[in-house]
Amino acid sequence: MKAAAFDYEAPASLEEALALLQARSDDAKILAGGQSLMPMLNMRLARPALIVDINRLPGLDYIRVADGQLRIGALARHTAVAKHPEVVRGWPVLAEAAAQIGHDAIRNRGTVAGSLAHSDPTAEHPAVLAALDGEVVARSAKGERTLKADELFLGYLTTALRADELLTEVRLPVLPPHTGSTFVEFAPRVGDFAVVGIAAAVTLGGDGAWQDVRLALTGVGGTPFRARQAESALKGTRPKAADIAAAAAQVAEAIEPDSDIKASARYRRQLARTLTERALTTAAERAAGQGGR
Amino acid sequence: MAKEKTIRVKVNGAERRATVEVRRNLADFLREDLELTGTHLGCEHGVCGACTVLVDGEAVRSCLMLAVQAEGHEITTVEGLTTPDGDPGPLQQAFWDNHGMQCGFCTPGMICAAAALLRENPHPTAAEVRERLSGNLCRCTGYQDIVASVLAAAEGK
Ligand SMILES: Cc1cc2nc3c(=O)[nH]c(=O)nc-3n(C[C@H](O)[C@H](O)[C@H](O)COP(=O)(O)OP(=O)(O)OC[C@H]3O[C@@H](n4cnc5c(N)ncnc54)[C@H](O)[C@@H]3O)c2cc1C
Ligand code: FES
Ligand code: FES
Repeated sequence: MKAAAFDYEAPASLEEALALLQARSDDAKILAGGQSLMPMLNMRLARPALIVDINRLPGLDYIRVADGQLRIGALARHTAVAKHPEVVRGWPVLAEAAAQIGHDAIRNRGTVAGSLAHSDPTAEHPAVLAALDGEVVARSAKGERTLKADELFLGYLTTALRADELLTEVRLPVLPPHTGSTFVEFAPRVGDFAVVGIAAAVTLGGDGAWQDVRLALTGVGGTPFRARQAESALKGTRPKAADIAAAAAQVAEAIEPDSDIKASARYRRQLARTLTERALTTAAERAAGQGGR
Repeated sequence: MAKEKTIRVKVNGAERRATVEVRRNLADFLREDLELTGTHLGCEHGVCGACTVLVDGEAVRSCLMLAVQAEGHEITTVEGLTTPDGDPGPLQQAFWDNHGMQCGFCTPGMICAAAALLRENPHPTAAEVRERLSGNLCRCTGYQDIVASVLAAAEGK
């Protein structure tokens, strides 16, 4: 199908974009990479009266490290994030998440910020934000606020972003030394949306024991699931296969996935268990391997 | 807030100017306004890959981009991948030689996606070709000959 008619503005400055969003907050929609919004427009699942295309906003495609954080501008594409040397080195979990999104052509346009704003229940980036305790910056004509994952994600395709707000930046903390991280998912074919995926980051102490464990799953509910119980059960002990298996079983127990056309709840639990085991094993190996990340 | 806009786009090396409805997607612009019907539209929601074109050298779904967003960018379609004389380019010839197409519906998207791959990685393995073309669906060939075609093009055969 074809999109219904709309007005179109491609503001050249952030101020202009925010003013437009404020004036038209009842019927405007932000267009970033378009990899989620354009299908909805074409299928007429979305019929906004005004499209505010942010692709002409200058200087928003940055990926840089500043003040102990990785900062990703609203127009940084999945491809750029997946290949960025600092991301690959310091945040493998993010690089691997971005690389597993859709296909080349999707990753060349889609943005990290757009993915968080869209909040698909099987998307990779929301789980990364949740696992690393990152935050997003939401700007409006009235001001700016930051939101953590549990404040941002409210439910299936629903976030706390107001219609007049633009997500300008994604922030992830610099991970401490002796941290290993990874994103592991299962999809029936390369490029498909994940059935279940997991973001993991673990830090090992000087004694080789788990000092910090962070696990967040996608595909097991409307919002990312942070597996806090399994995280704390591991802390303080040294990595052992039996403990990893127990933690994975605990995660499978704790989630409350739904059945849908892609998978039954039971299958999702099984996947959560297997993927948690793989993610923890890889992250721990990486943490032990090279003093870092 | 006009519902129409005049845009300037470079398509297959030629500067084009046109007034388009702002809701027109890039694929329809190429097909209907520029009469470049090599770009095919299947699903119109990003899944089949038939509409894949190159925007500034990168593979992009032309059904998921508005024509007005192409303003100032360079588009290459399957028509732009010929030799300068208009003969089949290396990928196109390889698809011909290796039976890389049957009905041909998916072929323009396959060739554009493959062109983006070879530009970045001139000597891919079969597995890399399969992975990179995973976003392009073919209902006819079973993919074997498509992969063989891309590998043949990479080897300069
Ligand atoms: C075939 C296909 C496969 C895909 N596979 C995956 C996958 O495996 N995993 C995955 O996670 N995603 C997948 N996607 C979706 C893709 O990741 C999108 O890029 C992403 O979900 C949205 O980012 P975008 O920049 O394209 O946003 P858009 O499509 O432009 O926007 C999406 C929504 O977010 C809003 N929005 C966008 N940017 C902002 C902002 N800065 N501030 C406030 N609101 C904003 C828009 O108004 C809209 O409501 C797939 C898409 C396709 C077509
Ligand atoms: S028509 Fe664009 S991906 Fe199917
Ligand atoms: S050749 Fe018919 S769809 Fe691919």
